[in-house]
Amino acid sequence: MTVLPYLVAGWIFLIGVYGLVTSRDLIHAVGCLAVTQSSTYVLLLAVGYRNGGTAPVFADAPTDSRVVDPVVQALALTDIVVGATVTALLLALVVQLRKRHGTVDPDALSELKG
Amino acid sequence: MSARVRLWVFLVGAAGFAVLFAVACFGLPAFGTVHHPYGVRAVHASLSHHTANVIASVNFDLRAFDTLGEETILFSAVLGTVVLLRQARDEHRKDPEPAVVHPRVRRFALLMLPLALLVGLYVIAHGQVSPGGGFQGGVVAATALHLLYIAADYRALERVRPLTLYEIGEAAGEVAYVITGLAAVLAGSAFLANVLPFGTFATLSSGGTVPVLNAAVGLEVVSGVVVLLARFLDQAVEIEEPDDGSPRGAGNSGDDEDNGDDEDDERERA
Repeated sequence: MTVLPYLVAGWIFLIGVYGLVTSRDLIHAVGCLAVTQSSTYVLLLAVGYRNGGTAPVFADAPTDSRVVDPVVQALALTDIVVGATVTALLLALVVQLRKRHGTVDPDALSELKG
Repeated sequence: MSARVRLWVFLVGAAGFAVLFAVACFGLPAFGTVHHPYGVRAVHASLSHHTANVIASVNFDLRAFDTLGEETILFSAVLGTVVLLRQARDEHRKDPEPAVVHPRVRRFALLMLPLALLVGLYVIAHGQVSPGGGFQGGVVAATALHLLYIAADYRALERVRPLTLYEIGEAAGEVAYVITGLAAVLAGSAFLANVLPFGTFATLSSGGTVPVLNAAVGLEVVSGVVVLLARFLDQAVEIEEPDDGSPRGAGNSGDDEDNGDDEDDERERA
């Protein structure tokens, strides 16, 4: 079944969004967002795969060897590092929320506070 | 919106997404097909610029301007975390207690520290030749420093980690990237164009500006990750709760939530 890798990406995306929707804990929600984001890596790498392709690095391989698509790999690479730092930023927000409001339940955070 | 309504809205949306996505998947080229026009052109462009690692060529040559944007997201995210996790007015610092470390853990961590640091720097330096580069090697090198936290304790880590230096290093990484781009403009070319000589294929000096931009990103990622981890460790180890015992750490939850918040408001007004 040749569309299975694409469908797996969609499945991971939906699982992540389901976790975000039903989350009762902001740390859990940040984790779910990371899962949702990781679906894009799966989709990108699935789109870029070529049958029998090797890594797109020609230091050892002959320059005419068949390689997988380097463009999507570059996209996934930067996405991972940037995603990690943005996750850290969100977790920092949660740390401050816990300190100032004493809770990490998004439903309990309804009021504004100076 | 109640939790039940929210779930129903999600289920309707998810069903719609699932159907459209599945239909779209069947319209995509089959998994593993050989025809990849972008990939073929990227490989050709990379080889013509003598860069063995095509991914590094895509990131630091073909779409170097996009990478500048991504680097800026990284920079801003670290900056935002530093601002969010700074020591608040009602908090104070306490020196952490020295911890007891098992001798075997200590030996292993101290043995691995220089090794991991070297691997990280190697991966950064060889970004244009072998798999890796500034993004990946930066994370390896930055986390290698934290083996000292495992081997000894937090104070030992603080001694090898002058935080101001890393904060400057992070900004310097970002600036170096922009300066490399501007240097290309001064050389009479477009911003971030590859103007340096391409060098010998598959050696450290290959790729023109690729190793330069790669090193800039490496510096920024090393510094950024060290600063990030330092701020989170600060919160966990050093920064103490405020004296008046406001709700942080008190663990009030559930029914007591409203009362706890009201008491907190009164304390703040007082």
